[in-house]
Amino acid sequence: MNKTIAEKIISEHCEREVQAGDFVVAKVDICLVQDGTGPLAIRQLQKINLEKAQNPQKVVLFIDHAVPSPRKELSNDHITLREFARKTGACLSDIGNGICHQVIVESFVNPGDILIGADSHSCTAGALGAFATGMGSTDVAIGIALGKTWLRVPETFKISVEGDFQKGVYPKDLMLYIIGLIGADGATYKALEFDGETIQKMSLSGRLTLCNMAVEAGAKTGLIASDAVTRAFLENQGRGDKFREIKPDADATYERIINLRAPEIQPTISLPHTVDNTVTIEEAKGIKIDQVFIGTCTNGRMEDLQVAAQILKGKNRHPNTRLIIGPPSRDIYLKSIKEGLLEVFIRAGAVILPPGCGPCVGVHEGALGDGERCLSTQNRNFLGRMGNPKGFIYLGSPATAAASAIKGEITDPREVL
Amino acid sequence: MILQGKVWKFGDDVSTDLIAPGRLFHLRSNLQEFAKHVLEDADPEFAKKMSKGDFVAAGKNFGLGSSREHAPTIMKIAGINGVLAKSFARIFYRNAINVGLPVIQCDTDKIDEGDELEVDLEEGKLINKTKDIQLTFPPLPPVMRKILSDGGLLSHIQKYKDFQLK
Repeated sequence: MNKTIAEKIISEHCEREVQAGDFVVAKVDICLVQDGTGPLAIRQLQKINLEKAQNPQKVVLFIDHAVPSPRKELSNDHITLREFARKTGACLSDIGNGICHQVIVESFVNPGDILIGADSHSCTAGALGAFATGMGSTDVAIGIALGKTWLRVPETFKISVEGDFQKGVYPKDLMLYIIGLIGADGATYKALEFDGETIQKMSLSGRLTLCNMAVEAGAKTGLIASDAVTRAFLENQGRGDKFREIKPDADATYERIINLRAPEIQPTISLPHTVDNTVTIEEAKGIKIDQVFIGTCTNGRMEDLQVAAQILKGKNRHPNTRLIIGPPSRDIYLKSIKEGLLEVFIRAGAVILPPGCGPCVGVHEGALGDGERCLSTQNRNFLGRMGNPKGFIYLGSPATAAASAIKGEITDPREVL
Repeated sequence: MILQGKVWKFGDDVSTDLIAPGRLFHLRSNLQEFAKHVLEDADPEFAKKMSKGDFVAAGKNFGLGSSREHAPTIMKIAGINGVLAKSFARIFYRNAINVGLPVIQCDTDKIDEGDELEVDLEEGKLINKTKDIQLTFPPLPPVMRKILSDGGLLSHIQKYKDFQLK
């Protein structure tokens, strides 16, 4: 008893009762790599003659960071992933399918699973009540080949949120506020467990936004108890039978408890060049913006695109502000076509990207020019992140991004909603 | 193992984007070439200025951000002897051990650019020869010490065909 969600899930995967601080070797349910980290993982396995997948149906190789490939070197990396999939039977998620963190949630991960991913935002899947964490290529390579990994069981911070958001305030604003509050290293090595009335009422999409950014506070993972919202999502995805209730014990031991009130959260912006450099919209309003990017594994889901379309409908982007929209998966791309959202965006002057990581990772599509400022719904604003160390990245919610695209400067979404 | 070398000093929050920029994504399968750009977005001249055996010292939260193992790997290929910081981001720390790049958590306020250091990893002892002061640092957890002493995670698994961390 008295276990956090992290302690419960890890205990189940190493057949003994563990607590924070223990070092364990645990069974891994799902491994993911992407085109930036997978080729190195595969070469590592080749080096020690261990090119195999222990559980190929649960190993997923994503080609999502550079899609379609902009250069021959990356096309060759993609070949490495496709060949490994052919040889081992591992699943290949090729160009057009979408971003690993979105697709893994749509199609693979279930409550109670342990997922390790060679991508720092692998913590996204914690929103389903799975223990999901990012690691490097070699760690995940060994996870692929042996079906296990070593873990230090993390201490947990409980973040409890009560009340309703004001109009124009979203889970992204809450998460930026939390990271600003505790700092970019405020939760290093810890698990963040989100709880409280606000989280219980939050859509799965919003929960994914919170867990996606747990790593931006240094955390090993973000976790949310599985409940009726999780069950409805899984049923909708055809995996209703995979639902399990995962929740902490009532007397679980937390290293720190942070109590927040949702009505007090304002639209929030991270200023360059760290995510914890946050201010309220009041303090950022009026900053001229050259490019707006709405999408990514953080904030490109249907409800994100719906609110952006609501704001952009019948409007035009500011003539000095480029607008880029990136649906994060094939499923979301199709749904946003059916709902007419893409037409709204295109009429507003936007360019639509294929499902993928796009400008967020600085490889191609929407790299910034010298001195240019971008407002993005992504999770990171590090110097150089969008392909140019002379660019400036601001982070905000899809509503703030859409409002700012119209005005050409950082704008309070409550002015246009 | 005793390491000796000269220090290059950086600030807080040196991200993996600064160490191994995303715009050089296409060099990820050409690590020798990528290493010529190590830490380029923190200091564009760094790869040219540094010599094999130098240390990197920084403030808090070194290596935050992306899980790209290429970051510690190109530091190692470039010949960095080790990284000293007040604190490390979790994934970078784990990756560094896996690829055999020593990471030392200590009070780097007492270390300036150009200082000559002598670091004893087993004893957890650091001598700043330039300033004539000695610092201590906590040893790695046993699991990580085991992986590092086997030459990184890959060598560990090759040796035992499994995790052998007890």
